[in-house]
Amino acid sequence: MKTAIRVRDLSKRYHIGGSDAAYRTLRETIMAMAAAPWKRLQRFARRGASNRSHEPDTIWALKDASFEVQPGEVVGIIGRNGAGKSTLLKMLARITEPTSGRIELRGRVGSLLEVGTGFHPELTGRENIFLDGAILGMTRREVSRKFDDIVAFAEIEQFLDTPVKHYSSGMYVRLAFAVAAHLEPEILFVDEVLAVGDLAFQKKCLNKMENVAHEGRTILFVSHDLGAISRLCPRTLHLHRGTVRFDGSTDRAIASYVRQLPPGDTVLHDEGVSLKIWLEEAPGSPLETWSFGSDLTVHVEVRSEQLLRDPAVDITFYADNGARLFSLQSDRLTEALNDRKVSQFQLQFQVRNPGLACVQLTVDVGIRASKDPHYLAWWQRVAALPLFLGDGVPPAAPGALLSLPCRAELIETSS
Amino acid sequence: MSRSQPQGNAVEAAEVSEKTNLGSIIDPSSSPSPKPDPDLIIIERRSGWQWIQWRDLWRHRELLYFLVWRDFKVRYKQTLLGAAWAVLPPFATMLVFSLFFGRLAEMPSARLPYPLFVFAGLLPWFFFSNAIGSAGQSVIGNQNLITKVYFPRLLIPMGAVAVCLVDFAIGFIMLLIMMACYGVAVGWTVLWAPCIIGALVLAAVGVGTWLSALTVAYRDFRHVIPFMVQLWMFATPSVYMQTSSMLHPRWSYVLPLNPAHGLIANFRSAMLGRELDPYSLTVSSGVSLLLLLLGCLYFQRVERSFADVI
Repeated sequence: MKTAIRVRDLSKRYHIGGSDAAYRTLRETIMAMAAAPWKRLQRFARRGASNRSHEPDTIWALKDASFEVQPGEVVGIIGRNGAGKSTLLKMLARITEPTSGRIELRGRVGSLLEVGTGFHPELTGRENIFLDGAILGMTRREVSRKFDDIVAFAEIEQFLDTPVKHYSSGMYVRLAFAVAAHLEPEILFVDEVLAVGDLAFQKKCLNKMENVAHEGRTILFVSHDLGAISRLCPRTLHLHRGTVRFDGSTDRAIASYVRQLPPGDTVLHDEGVSLKIWLEEAPGSPLETWSFGSDLTVHVEVRSEQLLRDPAVDITFYADNGARLFSLQSDRLTEALNDRKVSQFQLQFQVRNPGLACVQLTVDVGIRASKDPHYLAWWQRVAALPLFLGDGVPPAAPGALLSLPCRAELIETSS
Repeated sequence: MSRSQPQGNAVEAAEVSEKTNLGSIIDPSSSPSPKPDPDLIIIERRSGWQWIQWRDLWRHRELLYFLVWRDFKVRYKQTLLGAAWAVLPPFATMLVFSLFFGRLAEMPSARLPYPLFVFAGLLPWFFFSNAIGSAGQSVIGNQNLITKVYFPRLLIPMGAVAVCLVDFAIGFIMLLIMMACYGVAVGWTVLWAPCIIGALVLAAVGVGTWLSALTVAYRDFRHVIPFMVQLWMFATPSVYMQTSSMLHPRWSYVLPLNPAHGLIANFRSAMLGRELDPYSLTVSSGVSLLLLLLGCLYFQRVERSFADVI
């Protein structure tokens, strides 16, 4: 079979500020045209001294990215904001042109960079299904054939003839995703569109995507949801500052990405309180991954402008899919801070990995008064912690959060 | 995006089989030259001028239909009078002009009822001016599509012109009714009317695409276009009639360079059974075709940066 997507040395340069910025007015262009001969003369005079490649107000959103995707492969793309994920997808989807390099796509292409792109608020749900379908590349006949499926998926039967401007945001998003989900190209580019709707609908979307992936379609999938990535994509590209830093199995790509997240040493400020949190494997050695049976040490250092009475610190750990796994609550673990007024303290927690099976944990941290459920200050997703199951536990079942040490024995057999 | 149509595929498949016979000795993977492939899409930086991508436009003709359908539906939603708005502006303008110029100033109208004379000129002019006005704004008005979905961008200004053409069709029925009321018979010259409107559409698409591309880069054109349309009206015999006594004859050679001039004057003649002017019709049609080519070529040259600039 022939390669479905071939990307060679793909680069995209953007101008930031400067003369090529958006909203250039006619006057500026005319001025630039009038000044051009003069500038050329200046450049000629300074020839040798000036360096043409030195262009301070440009940025390479993507630089020399190369990879290939075979038909039927589902490939995830991860990276921090600004790593070039969306730029890559926009070039693949033919929305913006590469500065250099080449893309070859073999097959009918569909792209889903946003749900509800073609929607018009004044039109009814029924009309928008056809309009959005046509904009995404479906023929009228195709939309008619899938119409009932789309309506059933979106669960909006009774509002079909209501203009979508009267829809709740949930209904709007459900309908938009439903249309997009029924697109049937051979190559599909998807950008972070699963993060829509409520949890139940997100799950439905994810299932739909999983079905699409199993139908042998080639999919490139950009997401920040590492759980969705590891569930859908066997292979993942990790982009970092416009280059492909890792291309391979999703587990290793995620490990490569998570190391790029802000290191454990994080300082936070709010309400006159500053909090520093860092994670260690053993005292003095920063944590890279947390595997089964090993201890994690969490250090928290708090400084406050005012005296804190009976302070307590909560550290809550979440799985990739957002499930709350466990919390470390200082007032339940130690009484050392009870009945005290302090402006500065340092705590250390220790916790052993019982066999957590998700790809990574994220951490929330909050400060409150002991026995008081209200937080004085609270920070979300302050740290990310890559997990590895390691030895001693069986491989986790798909979607399972835990893999506990266990064994099986054959007691009896007959034939 | 590229929903390949069966007939399009058949043509391309024929091309492929020819090429593979020729190049069967060469290992296709090592050959640097891109060989035609029915489904292969190559994306790289294009530079300079590109010929108009007719095939791509043809494949997306259904999208053009939906864009026109959307704009037409949305235009008259939540209005009391609905599609009557397609006829009202030229009709009201006709009334005003009839009152002031027909009655009071007694403008020459070639021995035709003045209201009919004015309406037959205003109708194509309203089409033309609305078409270039809305086509000029169309690309920046659809930026959410431009930045999120691929399709031939030329469809957007073309769709804007097509919406105005629907308005024109409604007004055309109105014109026929008026002709019946005034007892003006439809002559054989009316057969020219569709061709003339066709040429006017070409001119509107040409000017509209050009203005829409300029508006993306230079928002100045949002202010320029309405002003330009107003001036253009004075150079077009939509409410007045250009008679040989008004101007030196050499002007009649130059004026048809304004495509609206020759086409609108001839449209009126064709509808009202007057004699056509072959010179101005030919020149104006030629200019329209030229404008279409230039407009589309310029649009395709700059459309690559739309998503980055808009």
